[in-house]
Amino acid sequence: MEKSSENRTILDIKNLVVRYVTDKETVHAVNGVSLTMEKGEILGLVGETGAGKTTIAKSIMRILPAFAGRIEGGTIAFNGNDILSISEKEMQKLRGKQVSMIFQDPMTALNPIETVGDQIAETIKLHEKCSKGEARKKAVEMLEMVGIPGERYEEFPFQFSGGMKQRVVIALALACNPLLLLADEPTTALDVTIQAQVLEMMRQLQRTLGTSVILITHDLGIVAEMCSKVAVVYAGEIVESGSLEDIFAHTMHPYTIGLFGSIPRLNTEDRRLHPIEGLMPDPTDLPKGCAFCTRCQYAADRCSSEKPADQEVSPGHRVRCFKVQEGAL
Amino acid sequence: MTELLRVEGLKKYFNTRRGKLHAVDDVSFTIEKGKTLGVVGESGCGKSTLGRTIIHLLESTDGKMFFNGKDITYLKGKELREYREEAQIIFQDPYSSLDPRMRVSDLIREPLKLKGGMKRSAIEERVETLMETVGLAKRLYDAFPHELDGGRRQRIGFARALALEPQFIVCDEPVSALDVSIQAQILNLLLDLQEEKQLTYLFVTHDLSVVKYISDDILVMYLGQMVEKAPSRELFDNPCHPYTKALLSAIPEPDIHKKTERIVLKGEITSPINPEPGCRFARRCIYASEQCRNPQEIEEIQPGHFVSCCRIKEIN
Repeated sequence: MEKSSENRTILDIKNLVVRYVTDKETVHAVNGVSLTMEKGEILGLVGETGAGKTTIAKSIMRILPAFAGRIEGGTIAFNGNDILSISEKEMQKLRGKQVSMIFQDPMTALNPIETVGDQIAETIKLHEKCSKGEARKKAVEMLEMVGIPGERYEEFPFQFSGGMKQRVVIALALACNPLLLLADEPTTALDVTIQAQVLEMMRQLQRTLGTSVILITHDLGIVAEMCSKVAVVYAGEIVESGSLEDIFAHTMHPYTIGLFGSIPRLNTEDRRLHPIEGLMPDPTDLPKGCAFCTRCQYAADRCSSEKPADQEVSPGHRVRCFKVQEGAL
Repeated sequence: MTELLRVEGLKKYFNTRRGKLHAVDDVSFTIEKGKTLGVVGESGCGKSTLGRTIIHLLESTDGKMFFNGKDITYLKGKELREYREEAQIIFQDPYSSLDPRMRVSDLIREPLKLKGGMKRSAIEERVETLMETVGLAKRLYDAFPHELDGGRRQRIGFARALALEPQFIVCDEPVSALDVSIQAQILNLLLDLQEEKQLTYLFVTHDLSVVKYISDDILVMYLGQMVEKAPSRELFDNPCHPYTKALLSAIPEPDIHKKTERIVLKGEITSPINPEPGCRFARRCIYASEQCRNPQEIEEIQPGHFVSCCRIKEIN
């Protein structure tokens, strides 16, 4: 029994703490994040700029900036391996093969002086024991899978539009059929109709290949469409997490409520939005208590002096808020 | 209701090495005083060029523009300066549109000083009022733009645009670079100011939910051409052009119970350089037929609802 549940878990992050340290200051980017994911799930990581979403993903890939980016605590177990304790050489074997990442900006993620086909073939050759010819054949297949004609193998990134470049990046990330895909705002740089194409494609690929996906986004619309689980990140903490239903239909945390109030809806006739007042706290100088207390309309004395724990309010639905835990909200 | 801006058959072509780029091609509309016209479309459709041409940052290639009944198609010298007092613009990127070496107060003072004819004390008073109007705290008076976040920088942009009390403001993607919680603050500010000062906006954006929220009328552009224009609600309730339909269906909605039929378009925007005559959307359109190769007429299918599609009757 124990064994089977272990096999289902693809990613288990416990108490991850990441800091960026420079001579001048220390940025508290991730402050005790715990996260578990099962195989084949799409998890949405939602939050605003600077919340720490990308830092979490980069920690899983172990590609934090050298020297400044430091993992100060916690564990990351990926498919049973403790990622943080293995050597860089072993990590290189995992990276691109078992876990890969799609970056936000397709314009800079590709090598401008190598043909798109070769870039994909290179990855395949590196990880699978195969000949040049086989790698090339597989690369053509990957391009076609993401809807790019195989004849364009010899073309360079500048000959592609933004949407097509992002597809190349996706083909590259999926080339070795990874177990886990980290997609960091994969469609933010794209137009809506192109975004619709790319999302549709990602969903189909995810279904056929059974890849687990962490989808990092600030767009709740995309989350509603793509994800089965959601974690809301604020100032380096997960303030609320649960199933899609939990977060969208039984929203609990004041920050999540604020996020929903901030987006203009297509189906309502409201003439005013209900924004969250103020700004995200400075990550070099976070409040002592709840990170959201400076902007929270329900904040009490306790909220600014004590840190609320992450508590389960219903099976799978976790909230980090005193007021919710006391039942006042 | 009085008309503030009328644009007739406006064209803006750019010369490129490969030929003429039709950035704005035969666009016509009017905006009434105190109203907002939203212009939506994807990158490269000419929506920003449209806004910039109206504000005379670019010279039009053809067509006519009237502001308060006065022909403003060609303006020079004093006339242009006078028009600029009435018509202002806010740019998309609050990071690059402000001089990094000027303090907040200098930035807001600049248009007042350029206009001239104001006493120093009056200018100072005006700067303070403007900061208050757009919600900038007094302590930021001497701050530099790099010390501020995007939302506050965008507020400086508003203060600058409002400094000369214009009647008309072109908002070129003013919230696209901002986080949702900040975006909502800025959108509310825009609406408050409009109510208070009877401002008229041309609101350029690619974000359809934002445009619905803020606009009275919406104009949809595709490759330089107007494909549909209608009152905001009408457009969302009854989109008629195949492109508008696809565009609206492509918006991911933050609603887990609503399942929308998505029209996923094939292909991508074609080049606006030396475009073929006829409907420019035809190549991606599922309804395209032979007759779409002919130049399209704009038809008023209902009062205020204009569509440029020859197959509209068969489709809807």
